[in-house]
Amino acid sequence: MLAYLFRRIVYTLPIMFGVALVCFALVHLAPGDPLVSVLPADASAELQAQMRTLYGFDRPYPVQFVSWIGRALQGDLGTSIASGRSVSTEVLRAVGNTLILASVATMIGFFFGCLFGFVAGYFRDSWADKTASFLSVVGVSVPHYWLGMVLVIIFAAQLNWLPATGAGPGGSGDWAWDWAHMRHLVLPAITMSVIPMGIISRTVRALVAETLAQEFVVGLRAKGLTDFGVFRHVVKNVAPTALAVMGLQLGYLLGGSILIETVFSWPGTGFLLNSAIFQRDLPLLQGTILVLAMFFVLLNLLVDVVQSTLDPRIARS
Amino acid sequence: MNVAVDATKIPAPIFERSPGYWSSVFRRFRRDPVALFAAAVVGVLVLMALFGPWLTPADPYKSSMLARLKPIGTEGYPLGTDELGRDMLSRLMIGARLSLFMGITPVICAFIIGSSLGILAGYAGGAINTVIMRTIDVFYAFPSVLLAIALSGALGAGITNALLSLTIVFVPPIARVAESVTTQVRSRDFVEAARASGADAFTIVRVHVLGNVLGPIFVYSTSLIAVSMILASGLSFLGLGVKPPEPEWGLMLNTLRTAIYTQPWVAALPGAMIFITSISFNTLSDGLRSAMDVKQ
Repeated sequence: MLAYLFRRIVYTLPIMFGVALVCFALVHLAPGDPLVSVLPADASAELQAQMRTLYGFDRPYPVQFVSWIGRALQGDLGTSIASGRSVSTEVLRAVGNTLILASVATMIGFFFGCLFGFVAGYFRDSWADKTASFLSVVGVSVPHYWLGMVLVIIFAAQLNWLPATGAGPGGSGDWAWDWAHMRHLVLPAITMSVIPMGIISRTVRALVAETLAQEFVVGLRAKGLTDFGVFRHVVKNVAPTALAVMGLQLGYLLGGSILIETVFSWPGTGFLLNSAIFQRDLPLLQGTILVLAMFFVLLNLLVDVVQSTLDPRIARS
Repeated sequence: MNVAVDATKIPAPIFERSPGYWSSVFRRFRRDPVALFAAAVVGVLVLMALFGPWLTPADPYKSSMLARLKPIGTEGYPLGTDELGRDMLSRLMIGARLSLFMGITPVICAFIIGSSLGILAGYAGGAINTVIMRTIDVFYAFPSVLLAIALSGALGAGITNALLSLTIVFVPPIARVAESVTTQVRSRDFVEAARASGADAFTIVRVHVLGNVLGPIFVYSTSLIAVSMILASGLSFLGLGVKPPEPEWGLMLNTLRTAIYTQPWVAALPGAMIFITSISFNTLSDGLRSAMDVKQ
């Protein structure tokens, strides 16, 4: 087990390095001067050179990369060109809001995904299976930004039951677990939960059907175990993979929240990315992507470790 | 929505292939009414994309200040008009062109690049495999939506940049599938026999490997078209893809967002088109996979 853990961590380090390299390269991929948005159009050559030195854009790429990584490891992701504030502070604040949205969405998706998946896997080829399978295809096929718009049209514009945008009353960016704030969470969280719902229900359906077809289930039944007793064994066999899929889905939602956050003006990382892109605020863009991608890599590691603790066969293979 | 390599979506390589294999695949596919229906919908969309300019009832670019945001069912505008008074039905029809092009092209490019890389890595093994697959792992370590948006955000808005970013997003999953299928085929006896009989690597790949691996990679790639459609329209929805006034469903959805309080159902139409397209491609791909599954 320890050897597996060690191997897994060693495998992750070069990936993290590569991810950092890609994030760094993104800024230099961008056409045009990275300072174009902060300098006035008629800035003198002197001022331009001064700013370039200030942001370190005049040094060779490898030097810039190493110093960027060094500072990032200490929690300093530079200064936002557009707002002049520290990128780390802005990103941390936004990550909190996105995490709330993505975790609630993952939990809703996991609950319904498991429900549909178990029903479909237990009663294969029945109408319940067909309905559940149809719902999961809808879940993975629906453009979620459009679903968000449709929910806003129905529940905010037409019925006026729930707020259409923002994360709290008066557009405040600070979250609190009270009804005034949670009302704002309902529509975006439901919209977001559709994706993990579809994927988890597909996975669970396949796993349940596969487990039920195994000989040990026949053995348990022959032993006289009740249906519920058999069900408990099925759950134990399905749980490690289902939980792993859920963990990865949380990561995908964290990284892919930009479209939903744009529809609902949710003040999270997606919203931050959007403004970074359109204001050409490259340090902010770079920092946000780095934090989200690293989060995803670490989440992958965590999922693998948890999965191998739940199912020791994985570490042994 | 993501492009994780979903194990339930990869068909096994085909080994026991009889001469009638493709006809039996076709026969099985024909017995699947749901997949046939999806194929018909995709066919209609493709026809609309190809012959759009000759089919539209009105000029999709002609705006009219007097006829802005008419509701569905207005005289002369069966699906209403958009925020500039352009005929929605015509724009939705002609929008199939760019939307399908933007959704399908990245998957085709990624299929070519990804399967080449994956087959090379899987067949060559050793150091070549390590270099290719570890590089792929880095790109695979990004959530797909984040990578697509980060790349097009850095490169700037535009059709070419959006296509390029989406291709980069879809190469890693396809290469992974190609590598794993090729590794399975490489260890089979007939490859060993070909090598023993003196065939060179190029001949073995062309004759013995390609025929066995391209089918599974192709079916896996078709399952990515739906994701690609949603992502491509999503980029345009964010303002990172197609630019106005071109009719593209994602962009139309974006410009109509301001109308959700005045003409909500007209505003929702472009998204419904994206949904219909992606669910049809998903269903078609599922049907294709189960028809190609020899075990059934």
